[in-house]
Amino acid sequence: MAENEILFDEEIDITDVVCPVTFVKAKVALEELDDGQVIAVRMNDGEPVQNVPRSIKEEGHQILKLADNEDGTYTLYVRKVEEA
Amino acid sequence: MADEINYAELKKGGFMKQKQKGFGSLRLKVIGGNLTAENIKVISEVAEKYGRGYVHMTSRQGVEIPFINVEQLAEVKEALAKGGVQTGVCGPRVRTVTACQGSEICPSGCIDTYTLAKELDERYFGRELPHKFKFGVTGCQNNCLKAEENDVGIKGGLSLEYKDDLCFSCGVCIKACRTGALSLVDGKVILDSSKCNNCGRCVKSCPANAWIGTPGYIVSFGGTFGNFIYQGEELVPIIEDKETLFRVTDAAIEYFEENAKPGERFRKTIERLGADGLKEKVRKAYEGGEE
Ligand code: HEM
Ligand code: SF4
Ligand code: SF4
Ligand code: SF4
Repeated sequence: MAENEILFDEEIDITDVVCPVTFVKAKVALEELDDGQVIAVRMNDGEPVQNVPRSIKEEGHQILKLADNEDGTYTLYVRKVEEA
Repeated sequence: MADEINYAELKKGGFMKQKQKGFGSLRLKVIGGNLTAENIKVISEVAEKYGRGYVHMTSRQGVEIPFINVEQLAEVKEALAKGGVQTGVCGPRVRTVTACQGSEICPSGCIDTYTLAKELDERYFGRELPHKFKFGVTGCQNNCLKAEENDVGIKGGLSLEYKDDLCFSCGVCIKACRTGALSLVDGKVILDSSKCNNCGRCVKSCPANAWIGTPGYIVSFGGTFGNFIYQGEELVPIIEDKETLFRVTDAAIEYFEENAKPGERFRKTIERLGADGLKEKVRKAYEGGEE
């Protein structure tokens, strides 16, 4: 499927924390990136996958894909958008 | 003089008799949970000068100043009025209209709750009825303001329209939806309307704005929370315009006024008569026709 085709620069695993730290951890990782770089964020099913993509959208970054890893986790591909 | 006091009349003006003889807790008027800095200043001054230096927050976003001497009530009201603060009401009439912060402030909000609370207040506040009558307005399905515990509860929601040309099949909305209403089939999102509760989470989460959400009002009737607890029920579909909304709320209040026995709460009237009469009346109002 298409998820295999997405190239990314960095990855981060946020399955070891719970909301709202999930988002905080992803946000910090995004801050380290350069404009236009892509990060793969691995998160748990449930609250994280329900909420983290939206929070990242609200931060103004570009969501590319949410891929089901079929192990109870999902990977969200995000392109960093530097604030104007 | 103290034995001449008419507490029923005082109650109408928001003065609640205390255990302590000659004192009452004065209920202030608050709409949608907001007070200005000026309001708070004068409340603080009055609580210090005439009360015991504190206020009590009620469970429905009200503020009361305890330990007001009944002899000083007129003076207190005058002092409060200078800071733009009016007294509230108790007894058998329309009470404080409560509201969460809604779409003007909260990222989850689907409707402008505060504006609606003010409009409802203007339309109904203090109206005499067979029993107390409460309105509550909450901005979305998160229901921070607990809509269904009110006689009439109003909750914001979004009606959906899917723009498949904008959708790039990322899958975010499928997981953002908590009711399982969405699925991805051949790269397109399929909506099962029977499972959708109009929460708007798909609209808010979609990175491509492929979901267009039209704000609407989800209305519940006959809720109550106290000695007796009942969750108000939705009797009409989501409403998209205020004209229809007010027709429906007018119909509910009229039904209560016409059918309730004195001292009977809306819920009890509905239980005594069965829900069909009310349902028919609000349905008609929803569909637009005067009866
Ligand atoms: C700046 C970000 C956030 C703030 C300020 C915030 C604030 C809050 C507040 C005030 C509550 C209500 C707590 C209560 O009264 O019980 C709450 C509940 C909750 N939050 Fe957050 N939150 C944030 C981000 C998040 C994120 C990113 C997630 C998950 C990914 C999350 C998950 C939750 C959940 C699941 C609840 C519900 C808890 C319950 O109802 O038992 N929050 N949040
Ligand atoms: S009910 Fe919705 S809009 Fe209102 S405060 Fe809660 S989350 Fe925000
Ligand atoms: S409005 Fe809410 S319940 Fe309806 S499809 Fe969107 S996320 Fe699911
Ligand atoms: S979130 Fe938007 S772009 Fe992604 S699958 Fe849903 S509708 Fe399509």
